[in-house]
Amino acid sequence: MGANLQLAGLKKKLRGRWVLDGVDLDIAPGRSLVLIGGSGQGKSVTLKCTLGLMKPDAGQVLVDGQDVTRLQGAAREAAMRKFGMLFQGGALFDSLTVWENIAFRLIYADGVARKDARERAIETMRRVRLAPEFADVRPIELSGGMQKRAGLARAIIAKPDILFFDEPTTGLDPITADAINDLIVEMVKELGCTALSITHDMPSARKIADEIAMLHHGKIVWRGPASSIDASGNAMVDQFVHGRADGPIQAVV
Amino acid sequence: MNPLAAIGRAVIALLSEVGRFSAFAGKSAAACFMPPFFFGQFIRQCAQIGYFSLPVIGLTAVFIGAALALNIYVGGARFNAEQFVPNIVVLGITRELGPVLAGLMLAGRVSAGIAAEIGTMRVTEQIDAMTTLSTDPFRFLIAPRVLAAVLTLPILVLAADIIGVMGGYLVAVNSLGFNGVTYLRNTFEFVETQDVVLGLTKAAVFGFIIAVMGAYQGYRSSGGALGVGRAATNAVVGAIVLILAVNYVITAFFVE
Repeated sequence: MGANLQLAGLKKKLRGRWVLDGVDLDIAPGRSLVLIGGSGQGKSVTLKCTLGLMKPDAGQVLVDGQDVTRLQGAAREAAMRKFGMLFQGGALFDSLTVWENIAFRLIYADGVARKDARERAIETMRRVRLAPEFADVRPIELSGGMQKRAGLARAIIAKPDILFFDEPTTGLDPITADAINDLIVEMVKELGCTALSITHDMPSARKIADEIAMLHHGKIVWRGPASSIDASGNAMVDQFVHGRADGPIQAVV
Repeated sequence: MNPLAAIGRAVIALLSEVGRFSAFAGKSAAACFMPPFFFGQFIRQCAQIGYFSLPVIGLTAVFIGAALALNIYVGGARFNAEQFVPNIVVLGITRELGPVLAGLMLAGRVSAGIAAEIGTMRVTEQIDAMTTLSTDPFRFLIAPRVLAAVLTLPILVLAADIIGVMGGYLVAVNSLGFNGVTYLRNTFEFVETQDVVLGLTKAAVFGFIIAVMGAYQGYRSSGGALGVGRAATNAVVGAIVLILAVNYVITAFFVE
């Protein structure tokens, strides 16, 4: 079942600039929030700080009220069991086969026997509509869409409480991107997970979000239901949603 | 520009790098003794670092042993000491050339390979992915490589010692007119256990340096293909410099 995820006053300075300048987010269990924003506004840093891949300079990450911000070692590994993450480029391990990638957590972190892990990996491949005949190939032999499916299967195999998606449709053609969006919605609903996604692909955001928040200059400048994004009343959101160069946000070129 | 400030900055940068590397080496060493242990990874790395390095180590050793015999023969002839060729060849190979040349060859082959592999994993977020899958990259990626290098390098050096001595033997018997039996008898009578132990100790330490330097440079690489290339280069240069420096320290310690 999903968990409550809270980011409280998250701050991070990189190269002398506050990339995150007090990010506050509270996502209720089972809800899907999409964080939108331009390039370099801190979306990826937010995700990395939330996952513990980067240490914030200030603020807290709370999962069901438990502070997981600065956990180390075994405590960090235990906290990570609640998380599943789909990386932008898939981040599949080149040296392992597809099924070994999907079952990585089961084999190496949970100590599941390889035979059982393989069965569960193939069952999960079916769930994300990745044909089992690809189980024994290397990730490099898969297309971009298939790599995303494999990445999604790896993220959901251990039934996490919170799923993270980093630009899940980047680099995919519109039809494959839509199929991945459908799959994300289906998996999040099926598992009852809480989901935090970052994207600047608006069709994707509209499809997978219950709520959308916009990050600009390291702060959340707007948050609301996905259905109200076109009537946000916020000039920055309006400019971003309609992809206009003119407006309060200066394009970085 | 103030030259003193420039020197100060360079010294601080050097000390920072030494500090970061030392902390990384300590964390890598600790990971070797902390469960869970990934035995399959360790075996794979033993094959990669040890077994597949055998041809390059063997070829290096045989040619060095042969060249050493020729040089010692020419030098020894200047004061009628040609008969000491087997003694000096075995001493030079076991104490110095075997471990140092094996270390240098593996700095090129293994350290660069580790840096490139881990560097690519870093820039393609595979290391981040491993962390999100509740698996410590130090225990899964680095510890098996460090253990494999520390354990297989002494075996490689032992093989290099034997092959190097045989290289000298072949030249001495076939080109320099030595009697084969006498050559081998002189070799075995002259070499002492401590000569071999010194070489193998160096090998284990060099193995640690090679694996940790490769992992360190790969782990902190950034900036795509350029960063990975730079990591591989830095790993080779760093490992070679460190091997030569540590070689002197170990030799001086054993001599004293």
